Amino acid sequence: MGEPMTITSNPAEDRAADSGILSFPMDRAAGCPFDPPPRLQAQQQEEPLSRVRIWDGSTPWFVTRHADQRALLGDPRVSADATRPGYPRSAPSNGRNNISFILMDDPEHARLRRMVTGSFAVKRVQAMRPAVQKIVDDLIEEMLAGPNPVDLVQAFALPVPSLVICELLGVPYDDHDFFQRNSSALVKQSLSVEERTAAHGALLTYLDDLMGEKLAHPADDLLSSLVTRVKDGELSRNEAAQMGVLLLLAGHETTANMIALGTVALLEHPDQLARLRDTDDPKAIAAAVEELLRYLNVTHSGRRRVALEDIEVAGEVIRAGEGIVFPNEIANRDAEVFTDPDHLDLGRDARRHVAFGFGVHQCLGQPLARLELQVVYSTLYRRVPTLRLATEAEKLPYKHDGAVYGVYELPVAW
Amino acid sequence: MKVTADQNKCCGAGNCVLLVPEVFDQREEDGIVVLLDEEPPEHLRAAVREASDMCPASAIAVHEDT
Repeated sequence: MGEPMTITSNPAEDRAADSGILSFPMDRAAGCPFDPPPRLQAQQQEEPLSRVRIWDGSTPWFVTRHADQRALLGDPRVSADATRPGYPRSAPSNGRNNISFILMDDPEHARLRRMVTGSFAVKRVQAMRPAVQKIVDDLIEEMLAGPNPVDLVQAFALPVPSLVICELLGVPYDDHDFFQRNSSALVKQSLSVEERTAAHGALLTYLDDLMGEKLAHPADDLLSSLVTRVKDGELSRNEAAQMGVLLLLAGHETTANMIALGTVALLEHPDQLARLRDTDDPKAIAAAVEELLRYLNVTHSGRRRVALEDIEVAGEVIRAGEGIVFPNEIANRDAEVFTDPDHLDLGRDARRHVAFGFGVHQCLGQPLARLELQVVYSTLYRRVPTLRLATEAEKLPYKHDGAVYGVYELPVAW
Repeated sequence: MKVTADQNKCCGAGNCVLLVPEVFDQREEDGIVVLLDEEPPEHLRAAVREASDMCPASAIAVHEDT
């Protein structure tokens, strides 16, 4: 936000008394829901490569600069394999709630990822624009015909990406309560490992059942194409179900948060909102989406890796077997790359942001996320020009405890 | 300028196609990069350099004329 921030956490208290090592994750400042924690900002200035203490007491490396994050996330000597010793998990795990190839290395990662990347190719996704526009238009009309005020998360932000990914995967949208609830639980780090594993198990069973149906009645959708690969022996049924869970989860949870939190950010920055509302230039709309991705960076639990070899970076050596945490939200506020980085400026060129990560694991659904956000941001505020928060922005329930940041609820009126 | 695109390294994120569709495309079956123009014309070169810089898998190499 533009105003000076109120720092409520004492930086000294963020450091473990015995060691002087910072704890991660850190708290955001009260009244600054869009900015990374002040301690994280200070760390980038003072000690861009350091160590942090995480929930299990271990002290992985902590990389805050944009250039260092890109270099390391793009380095094949850095592994995403969560089963390796030293991998800094974001929450307790019993090894049964790993989600497909995002926690694997090449060549296995590439083998599985390439089975689905075709469906998310830029031109294939762009061909979906009219269908996405219709989904957005219909939901807005439905919302306007309903109660005022309304919770924008339930009425719009969740349904848009859920309907789109259901269509693409071939998942019945009627089951949205079930998969939204379990997806949300799966990324909620304040839940116990048992609760998260149960949510994952429920999704896995659901996807496996669905694939059974696709086996009997193949359709023109992504799950059917995975089932064909299972039949051809390229993929095990369990691998296919895992991939289904990953795509369903990643396909709606992140984008939903970008829609809701992006709306809060825009309503709190009326000059920027006016800019977006007053343009129908696709380039300006695309630039606005990139800037909101940079500024909000909803995946805020830090990407996790482990070094496979000794790696020299920024004058230090990360040893083989040591964990590394990359808080992408602070790299997106690196003044070396983005001028006046804490300022939301829809006119800037924000394309070098790392909101989708970097390296071979970079978000494979990014063309679809971009399309959905472009359609949403260019439609919602024009169609509902009087849209406003029905509560104060400070009072909104922010998702401080999720792997994906956003708001649990967003009461709006018009 | 001469461009190469390594299909083994490519992870199909599509940044290059978004930036310079005149020079890069993706294979229908797996979204892997297809190079359409090895020697892009002057007006596309800045965008091709950006695509190389943005490629998350370092699959695009640009060799400038000397």
